[in-house]
Amino acid sequence: MTDAMPVGERRQLAPPTVDTGAFGWARKNLFSSWGNSLTTIVLALFFGWLLSWFLNWALFTATFDAKTGAECRGHGACWALIHEKYRYIFFGSFPYEQHWRPLFAVIAMLAMLVLSADRRMWNKRLLLIWGVGTFVTFLLMFGQLHISIGLILFVALAAGGLGMILHGTIASPAEINGWRALAAIGAIGLLLRLFGVLPAWSLAIAPLSYVETGLWGGIPVTMILATYGLVFAFPFGILLALGRRSNLPLIKGLCVGFIELIRGVPLISLLIMASVMLPLFLPSGMTIDKFLRAQVAVILFAGAYIAEIVRGGLQSLPKGQFEAADAMGLSYAQKTTLIILPQALRVVIPPLINTFIGFFKDTSLVLIIGIFDFLNTANQALVDPNWAGFPGEVYLFAAFVYFCFCFSMSRYSKHLEIELNKGTRR
Amino acid sequence: MAVETLGSRSRAKVSPWNDPVIRGWVFQIIVVGLVGLLAWFLVSNTLENLQRQKIASGFDYLGREAGFEIGDTMIAYSPASTYARAILVGMLNTLKVAVLGIFMCTILGTLIGIGRLSPNWLLAKVCEGYVEMFRNVPLLLWLFLIYKLISEAFPGPRQAINVLDSFFLSNRGLYFPVPLASPVHAWMGIALLVGIAATFVMKRWAKKRQDATGQPFPVIWTGAGLVLGLPILVWLLGGAPHQMSWPQLKGFNFDGGTVIQPEFTALLVGLVLYTSAFVAEIVRSGILALNKGQSEAAMAIGLSRTQVMRLVLLPQALRIIVPPMTSQYLNITKNSSLAIAIGYPDLVASVNVTINQTGQAIENILIIMAAYLSVSLSISAFMNWYNKRIALRER
Repeated sequence: MTDAMPVGERRQLAPPTVDTGAFGWARKNLFSSWGNSLTTIVLALFFGWLLSWFLNWALFTATFDAKTGAECRGHGACWALIHEKYRYIFFGSFPYEQHWRPLFAVIAMLAMLVLSADRRMWNKRLLLIWGVGTFVTFLLMFGQLHISIGLILFVALAAGGLGMILHGTIASPAEINGWRALAAIGAIGLLLRLFGVLPAWSLAIAPLSYVETGLWGGIPVTMILATYGLVFAFPFGILLALGRRSNLPLIKGLCVGFIELIRGVPLISLLIMASVMLPLFLPSGMTIDKFLRAQVAVILFAGAYIAEIVRGGLQSLPKGQFEAADAMGLSYAQKTTLIILPQALRVVIPPLINTFIGFFKDTSLVLIIGIFDFLNTANQALVDPNWAGFPGEVYLFAAFVYFCFCFSMSRYSKHLEIELNKGTRR
Repeated sequence: MAVETLGSRSRAKVSPWNDPVIRGWVFQIIVVGLVGLLAWFLVSNTLENLQRQKIASGFDYLGREAGFEIGDTMIAYSPASTYARAILVGMLNTLKVAVLGIFMCTILGTLIGIGRLSPNWLLAKVCEGYVEMFRNVPLLLWLFLIYKLISEAFPGPRQAINVLDSFFLSNRGLYFPVPLASPVHAWMGIALLVGIAATFVMKRWAKKRQDATGQPFPVIWTGAGLVLGLPILVWLLGGAPHQMSWPQLKGFNFDGGTVIQPEFTALLVGLVLYTSAFVAEIVRSGILALNKGQSEAAMAIGLSRTQVMRLVLLPQALRIIVPPMTSQYLNITKNSSLAIAIGYPDLVASVNVTINQTGQAIENILIIMAAYLSVSLSISAFMNWYNKRIALRER
């Protein structure tokens, strides 16, 4: 149509005012039809009423300063309860004057998580961050660490073995010999310790007073259960996923059986099992701390779920990658660690973070077996007869804290998904 | 597979040390041996511990008297019943919550998922807010919050909210009248089944007719008429028995009628609200994954927005939605075990009491696991069958 008009006479018309600006936006997005207008009006009225009620309850008529719950009665929200109890809700029964310790432990864990979220750290620095972070966290929480020689030797053996497998082909001969020496020292030392040649030495680091896990509570417990549950479940889940994809029938059967069994039952049944059955499994006289039992249950549970996610990543790789690695004459370990896993794991990082969010929420189930995680301490804060009758305030506060954690993680996962797909998107 | 072909072709040429088949078997035997050793270690410890602590083993306890009350029972149960029956009552309660939950979260989740794609900005934002709010807070916290709100916000039985002298809402639950048992009810049940079967037959016939002549048939309305109408007809023919059992305040609680307990309500509402957020995300991503041309083409041939969604987008999105939906159905079933935290007597709660009373942890945990595994496997089997049925048939 415009072609019919001589070029010189074309005029740039401003768009009609009803289609632009706030008015145009509202017309397009809120009042585009009769049905839409009705929906908008009903929703606006309902949520306007809800918001005014909530603000009235939570702010205008709320009590922020009170000595007991009785002073709050007849008013809106009783935030004085949170003010009174927040130390307990966050840190549980940890000795009161020592609360700076769980506080700094939480800060150390947060720093560890935030630093690991940065892609520039995804190399050897990550090991350093987690090593230091873990040491600081547990030193603060326990106050005293007794590191037995057995543990040190086991770490040496594991590190040496992993170094040999992972770096066997790409390292210089000197480095390989270093890994071999480390593994050998670990293995020989462990054997000597096993036959009683080496005494039960342990390295004691005891700058603070000892606090047993029974007194731990609140946010640090939730964070430790979720974080270390996933850290240990991750290698376990990778092994399970590789086993499930294996050609060896017995290995495959074992892995499939384990994964399907764990995924078929609720976490609660595993937690109950860990709390009542694990003591029966162990030789008499040997006891495991309740906290550790819950941690073991979370690790086993998370392992099966991570295995399925990693399997998805393995399946997404084209067959050519496996065949090319075979054709190069790589061994199974080399093929897996140098070719397959680096590609498969890259794909599964966003779903792994979503799993982490899920486990962060699911750790709240440990309250069933009497561990004082964040939700349980919030629950216990309601028991005080002086402050009875304000469950809404405490639960909303707890929900807000959980929301901050989970929402920021889910945003990070979304961001990462876009970041990691930059290479494949056009 | 690659290993087998390689091995069978060149077995004669390699030394046994390098033969992948032999290596594979050696490795497997070592791993299975280690797992077996661990299992033997655990089992022998367990046997020794059981003997030392004088805990009986075996399933004999199932026939003994349970001796504990259960608040919500679908089948006849009293403390004099056996442990087996107590566990069965718990199992039925779990199934009741799971089935109702699956049904309701599918509907609510689909509505919210579609709502997030609405052209109405406010509606889309409200649905998004709902999803983020429920997804990022633990289910257990929602259950506690809802349960506490029900028990604190509603008055005691004496001040119950009274609707028409038949519905009583209090912190003990919602009491309402039910018809007294009558033989006509069984016939009404049969009529209902006949109605459902007739609807299926009619749907087939209607589809055949539409394929042949192009004329649509009002299947939904006729089906609703058959399913609802037949039982009502039987009820009328049976003399319309209308004796009801009315709830009445006696002492501190109601008697007669039937009750929906606050624990059940809190559990079901919490599960449905929480799982709907996940279902909504699945439905939304399923619809978004469809080619944009599908909705454009449907609008171009003049279908309304509802028709585009119902006839074109949802049936195709279903193929993408079903597998992740299956895992949500499994989740809601497994999450119903959180009932124990708010005191609803589901399977885990019944078994937990049994463990505390008998001390026989192993047998009881085996029962829990076997029960959940069989439910999970049946749901997966059904959903896999359904998935195959709706899968795109390509050549």
